Amino acid sequence: MAESHAHAHEPHGHAHHEPEGWFKHYFWSTDHKMIAKQYLLTGMLMGVVGAYFAYVFRMQLAFPGKPVPGYGMVTGADYNALITNHGAVMIFWVAMPVLIAAFGNYLIPLMIGADDMVFPRLNRLSYQIFLVSAIILGASFFVQGGAFGGAWTSYPPLSAKAEYNLTPLGPSLWLIAVALEFVAFLLGGINFVTTAMNARAPGMKAFDIPMAVWMIVIASIMFMASVGPLVAGAVMLLFDQLIGTGFFDPDRGGDPVLWQHLFWFFGHPEVYVVLLPAMGFVAEIITVFSRKKLFAYKTVLYTSIGTGVLSFFVWAHHQFIAGIDPRMANVFSVTTVLISIPIAEMCFVYIATLYGGSITFSVPMLWALAFIGEFLVGGVTGIFLGASGADIYFHDTYFVVAHFHYTFFPIAIIGTFAGITYWFPKMYGRHMNELANKVHFWITTVAFNGIFIPLFILGASGDHRRIFDYSNFPELATPEMQAMRVFATVSLLVLLAAQPIFLVNFFYSMFKGKQAGANPWNANTLEWQCPSPPPHGNFDVLPDVYRGPYEYSSPDRADDFWPQNSPS
Amino acid sequence: MTTAALPLPKPVKGPPLVTSEVFGMLIWVFAEVMLFAGFISGYNLVGARAPAGWWPPPGDPALPVASTAAASLALLASGVAVWWAGRPASRAAAGRALGIAVVLALVFVGYQVAEFARLLAIGFTLVSSAHGGFFYTIIGAHALHAVSAVVALGWGWRKLSNGALSEPLFAALRIYWFFVVLLWPVLFTVVYL
Ligand code: HEM
Ligand SMILES: [Cu+2]
Repeated sequence: MAESHAHAHEPHGHAHHEPEGWFKHYFWSTDHKMIAKQYLLTGMLMGVVGAYFAYVFRMQLAFPGKPVPGYGMVTGADYNALITNHGAVMIFWVAMPVLIAAFGNYLIPLMIGADDMVFPRLNRLSYQIFLVSAIILGASFFVQGGAFGGAWTSYPPLSAKAEYNLTPLGPSLWLIAVALEFVAFLLGGINFVTTAMNARAPGMKAFDIPMAVWMIVIASIMFMASVGPLVAGAVMLLFDQLIGTGFFDPDRGGDPVLWQHLFWFFGHPEVYVVLLPAMGFVAEIITVFSRKKLFAYKTVLYTSIGTGVLSFFVWAHHQFIAGIDPRMANVFSVTTVLISIPIAEMCFVYIATLYGGSITFSVPMLWALAFIGEFLVGGVTGIFLGASGADIYFHDTYFVVAHFHYTFFPIAIIGTFAGITYWFPKMYGRHMNELANKVHFWITTVAFNGIFIPLFILGASGDHRRIFDYSNFPELATPEMQAMRVFATVSLLVLLAAQPIFLVNFFYSMFKGKQAGANPWNANTLEWQCPSPPPHGNFDVLPDVYRGPYEYSSPDRADDFWPQNSPS
Repeated sequence: MTTAALPLPKPVKGPPLVTSEVFGMLIWVFAEVMLFAGFISGYNLVGARAPAGWWPPPGDPALPVASTAAASLALLASGVAVWWAGRPASRAAAGRALGIAVVLALVFVGYQVAEFARLLAIGFTLVSSAHGGFFYTIIGAHALHAVSAVVALGWGWRKLSNGALSEPLFAALRIYWFFVVLLWPVLFTVVYL
């Protein structure tokens, strides 16, 4: 923490501008925008990896025992490694780096009117550690015995002993990769919170901070509050694996359920850690594209903080059948059902924001609206699972899988597409192709529902998750159930087939898209008041702030927007 | 447009409530507190689940309460020295106090190392029981923090004597050391008593 930019209120943009080598520019930069792009591109690359895993195991589920084009025969061990790392990659190496690290890095300094993060070198270190963690995870596929296959939740004793999981090195590499990834986000989180606290433009008071910044800050604080116990658990599990300690081994006086507590004490807040940033992007987008003030700004803010606090008291809803005391299960049922209230409230607030607005169905807006609609399905099905009585039946069925994909997919995929399509003109100074984006939007969203609606039905009919070949379970391999698996897999193929449209559009528009200008959406927040793409140091003159971020359609003005930094 | 709005007065920004260095360190310490909270609750949970009379397991040696308590005094004293170094005083005096703090901290860490060696020699190890695992993991994690904090203090000491240590950075270093010192009585109570 050797340097601090908090007090520097002069832009250092053009003052001293030595030409940098390409290595320094792309790999050794301390500029928050470059670090954001590093995170974004790494996250997108990992997203392709995670999607490929899903393709392979979904093909195996639909057509068991047939070789998968582009992979070959899927063994049981392969299947386990693929689902384990699909989950881990999507949560830790896609959702976290893209939603929090990439957007947090890109948006926080720009939206609060600062020239960079408060600790730029810590920021660079954060990405480097993250990259190392991704490389270690990748390496775990090539060691003796292969990659870890004990599920992304890594429950012992399966994850602790090589004689059970048959992968002597994979689990430890996996655990080390996850732990390093946490360190990277700890460093990033410290930066985000401190920057938002100390580097805001003059005049920007607490309630003038855009929702996206607030949400990333709250999410970072939640992450830092929840990750410690999991790191403690990871150390213990690593010792169990490598040294042979008995923390989670009942034979030696340990307790396997302890891991579940440590994991889910982190794991549940973690789902809100990724949810909140996406909620923040949606707030920015729906206000801009309905030209309305955010309905109940303070309520949204207090609700998010309340959700954050409450989310630390629901973790045992993942353990209803782990033999926990039924009285404790009741308590956790109640807190779980309670937490759906603030979540529902946020969705209603967003709908109220839309009400009476002059809505433009631009691409980011389509994604934002899809987020609200699809996420609602995820939230509502969570309530069924939160009732411990119902969950005894639903637990570890495809109903749970469908539930959390109806939350995570809107967050990590729909929310990310909303964010990328909204801020792309700022990041690269150019527009993406709108028609291609709309085609991509419709195929992706419809196909997503095609994948997971059948899984709800399958789950409700008792289909257990984490089974690699249902032919061994005749009661789960009926023609109707198999037909639904095929339907889900075909939908996945459709979804995957649409993604090159986006990728090509993304890279093509980066260089060849229509010039966008500084403020193509006529938005109020500060990132749109500097050039696109913003130069090193961001603003020509660091801005002052005179009002909140959502003053759209003010009756006192000719323009229907009112930039935060405009003195009149 | 109804009112031709006059430009608003330019807002001014006061100094930050807490400097970035201190604020960043406070967040870091908060995450560290949660790490040890994880260890402690694991220790307590496993202890509470053990059959009566089995925690700590009867075969494990008794932990050296009295001598460890004595060594703890060195740690606490070093905390006082660091606090003293942070008061407005001459640079030389602050430097002396920091030096004393580093020496006292090394006494504590040295004692821990010697004690670990003795316990390992009589067969109480990480793998001998879940209790042993917890003991070495928790106390060892604290010792590692103490070592890293001593390195940081030594680094700060050098910068201080060159006159290159900014006050916010010094404050952040002190906070880290206070964390290491104040955490210890909690761990001592949970693990030794
Ligand atoms: C309205 C709020 C929510 C409620 C009431 C809720 C409730 C639940 C419950 C009770 C379970 C346990 C089911 C079981 O394993 O038997 C569960 C699983 C899960 N939920 Fe939610 N949830 C909510 C929101 C979310 C959100 C926002 C996310 C993600 C961002 C999420 C992600 C997950 C995941 C990943 C699992 C399963 C983990 C696993 O077993 O692999 N949930 N949810
Ligand atoms: Cu949960």
